[in-house]
Amino acid sequence: MLTLALILIPLVAAGVLLALRGGAVKRVALIASLVEFGLATYLFTAFRPDTSSQFALSFDWIKSAGIQFAIGVDGISILLLLLSTLLVPLIILSTFHHSYKNPSSFYALILAMQAALVGVFVAKDAFLFYFFFEAALIPIYFIAALWGGENRIAVTFKFFIYTIFGSLFMLLALVYLYLQTPGTHSSLISAFYELNLSAAQQSWLFWALFIAFAIKMPVFPFHTWQPDTYVESPTPATMLLAGIMLKMGTYGLIRLLLPVVPEGVHQWGTVVIILSVIGIVYGSIIAIQQQDMKRLVAYSSFAHVGLMSAGIFSLTLDGLQGSLIQMLAHGINVVGLFFIVEIIFSRTQSRDLRQLGGITQHSPVLSVFFIILVLGSVALPLTNGFIGEFLLLKGVFTYNAWIGVVAGTTIILGAVYTLRMVQKSMFGLQTATTEQFTDVNTNEILVLIPLAILVFWIGLFPNVFLKLTEPAVADLLRSLK
Amino acid sequence: MLSIISLSIFGIVNLFLGFLKSRRILLPATLLFLIVALILNSMDWNQQALYFGDMLRVNNVFVNFAGIVLITALLIVGISRHFGNDEEHTHPAEYYAILLFSVTGALMMIGFENLIMLFVGVEVLSVAMYVLTGTDKRNIRSNEAALKYFLMGSFATGLLLFGVAMVYGATGSFKLGGIASYVQMASMYGAVSPLLYVGLLFLFIGMLFKVSAAPFHFWTPDVYEGAPTIFTAFMSTVVKTAGFAAFYKIASTAFAGVYGFWAQSLAVMAVLTLLIGNITAAYQGSFKRMMAYSSISHAGYLLLAVVAKVPSSQSAILFYSLSYSLATVAAFGVLMAVSESRQFEGRGDDRYEAFNGLAKTNPLLAFVLTVSMLSLAGIPLTAGFWGKFFIFSAAVQANLTSLLVIAVLMSCVGIYYYFRVIIAMYLKPAEGEGISVSAGFTLTLVLTTVLTLLLGVFPDVVKNIF
Repeated sequence: MLTLALILIPLVAAGVLLALRGGAVKRVALIASLVEFGLATYLFTAFRPDTSSQFALSFDWIKSAGIQFAIGVDGISILLLLLSTLLVPLIILSTFHHSYKNPSSFYALILAMQAALVGVFVAKDAFLFYFFFEAALIPIYFIAALWGGENRIAVTFKFFIYTIFGSLFMLLALVYLYLQTPGTHSSLISAFYELNLSAAQQSWLFWALFIAFAIKMPVFPFHTWQPDTYVESPTPATMLLAGIMLKMGTYGLIRLLLPVVPEGVHQWGTVVIILSVIGIVYGSIIAIQQQDMKRLVAYSSFAHVGLMSAGIFSLTLDGLQGSLIQMLAHGINVVGLFFIVEIIFSRTQSRDLRQLGGITQHSPVLSVFFIILVLGSVALPLTNGFIGEFLLLKGVFTYNAWIGVVAGTTIILGAVYTLRMVQKSMFGLQTATTEQFTDVNTNEILVLIPLAILVFWIGLFPNVFLKLTEPAVADLLRSLK
Repeated sequence: MLSIISLSIFGIVNLFLGFLKSRRILLPATLLFLIVALILNSMDWNQQALYFGDMLRVNNVFVNFAGIVLITALLIVGISRHFGNDEEHTHPAEYYAILLFSVTGALMMIGFENLIMLFVGVEVLSVAMYVLTGTDKRNIRSNEAALKYFLMGSFATGLLLFGVAMVYGATGSFKLGGIASYVQMASMYGAVSPLLYVGLLFLFIGMLFKVSAAPFHFWTPDVYEGAPTIFTAFMSTVVKTAGFAAFYKIASTAFAGVYGFWAQSLAVMAVLTLLIGNITAAYQGSFKRMMAYSSISHAGYLLLAVVAKVPSSQSAILFYSLSYSLATVAAFGVLMAVSESRQFEGRGDDRYEAFNGLAKTNPLLAFVLTVSMLSLAGIPLTAGFWGKFFIFSAAVQANLTSLLVIAVLMSCVGIYYYFRVIIAMYLKPAEGEGISVSAGFTLTLVLTTVLTLLLGVFPDVVKNIF
């Protein structure tokens, strides 16, 4: 029941918002997302670290097709559930200073998006998973296309078609898997785990599934939609995309791809790891060249996700654990960084590093938060990024030392582009655009404080999170061997 | 069976109603007739019977397909708001009567058990459609469309009849059962008469023409564009549903024995239809022409289910026809309202630009069209998704992998052109003023939207009876 409530609360709230007007809209949206977060926190504390699926609920949805409305939370989904309920109130709070036109639709779409995201992470039926996977796309498309920048129509359209393209192949794969299940067919994901598929079947199923997730994440070379979409979208949409939606892809890899087509993974894993590592280096190098801060963070996100995907395909406990905790950490860091870019942009109307500089002199508080988030992002020890990247690199290194070495450049390159961004915007001489810079206001601090706390909390006490996921991940790996 | 008889009588009654002074009675009367026919149709549920000297078979499949056709016709009559209002449409009684006659033809095509009956049904449906295409009689495009449709259509019907004759020559029977048993025996002994193959191909070409599958689709864009929009809606839904009902029946029963022969050629045509329909649709500047090509592309998906010929094909075709019909009626309904109030180069504007900013001026119409486009594009939680889902499942069961990959790729192309109109409505600035539409018209459109969403969330509601 609790899990169902997690899907329904944002959905109902979205419906209520559509009927509201004026200043109440933001507050109701915030309250709804906080209630959602409170519920998720309860789930998080009540969650027993074992391999079972908890708070489960299931009833027949489409009987003639054997499709069940089956939801539940297990070790793999718990952190992502936490992430998507944690970030949305912060994202909503981050918009309080900004007045978007037609606010009731804007916030309703954000909450509808949240419902779909939560749905993806709790779905236990493959087709239910697919529904939420697709359903998440519609609200984010409209948020980006209605409130985005100048080129929004063309850019978001490309994003939409690109991602649908991937999903359709996943649908095909799911239909195929569903028809392989014995007797009266079942579309439970766990039923797909039991199939004895031949190597040839697994080989093509691997790609049909992988392309869908690879586009969502995105993995090189499926990333071409990403930088433009991130830049053109309004910042709350960018936060949703980079903070949570990207994780649908990595989650899908762990939930569906690895256990359903293990032989396909063994066959193609090296190719994917190489693609991912290319993504890390390529994304980092482009990020170093960027002058637009938002674009820079977008490319950094692309580089980071490459490491997550490489860690997942290393098929080691460290790699998978690292990717799970890194999903959480990356979500927090990237949302924080996009928010700081937005704060700077709202005061200077510029994201161009050539026009910025010396902001520290006007706003020491902002720079402190900026540096904390950047340290998390470059994986400094004692911050959240360190735990994830360390485990991920360890996993990749165990898989193949040489690939591990190349992937390890992410630490150096990441430091280069993020520190360059801090240095050029925060330090140095102030410019004409930054002369009138005012320090952060209460609302902004309210967003930044929880993010900063989380950066350290996860960095100092990673075991709180790791021990929740370990049994499930270990079980998954056992089934792969 | 009573539904067929009653519809022919109602058509004649409708003609006489035209003599009355008050034309307002025609629309409610036609609606009533169709509802009566629908009720009579549902009374045939679970009846297994042959009528008219074994020419017509009534069973649950008949009831289902006939139900879809009748509901579609009801919805189309529900949005036919302008008959009799302007000088172009001065004889509404005739249009309604012809509409009912064509539905009669469609029911005959669905229920036929004898190739003669198929031919009669095709002709009754087609002749009625030729007339309806040309009803906008001062519009040169409407005239062109009618003439084109008539010439091409008669040619196709000729081929169909030729095919029937040759099949008779080879098998000595017009009956589906008779043909099937001949084909079974002959293919078992490897002695199938070449006449049968030629006849089968001719028959198929005639049918494929009616459902506008490539490469027999060339009439479709011009006829769809020229015909008054309301009849375009009729053509692309009722004719297609009846056409596929007949096509699947003949392919899966009479010619089941030579599946290997026709499946290959149909597979090629399905690929062609998917490619031509979708890719050409993406290049259209006119929404109406886009819908014409989209209708071709949907014929391609339906052909996929025919090629698969697995037990679930039939219910897949049923579900797909229903979801496609609902969405198409809604799309053409909104197009009618928009193009009548916005002029371009002296006639109704049916370009994408006509929809600019519709979400601001008419949010409800924009929403209806959005749901319809999402359904046609096959986005989850709309009926269209399940339509595609069942078709793809059937094709997976038959291992049509390469066909499926093309179908999936083409679905993506489909999303491109369906979303263009959504983008125009929501993201472009409004140009014209708000459009005022009558309550009945709005109600019908909202009904199609509600049904589309309902079937999207609970496909079981109808899937259980198909």
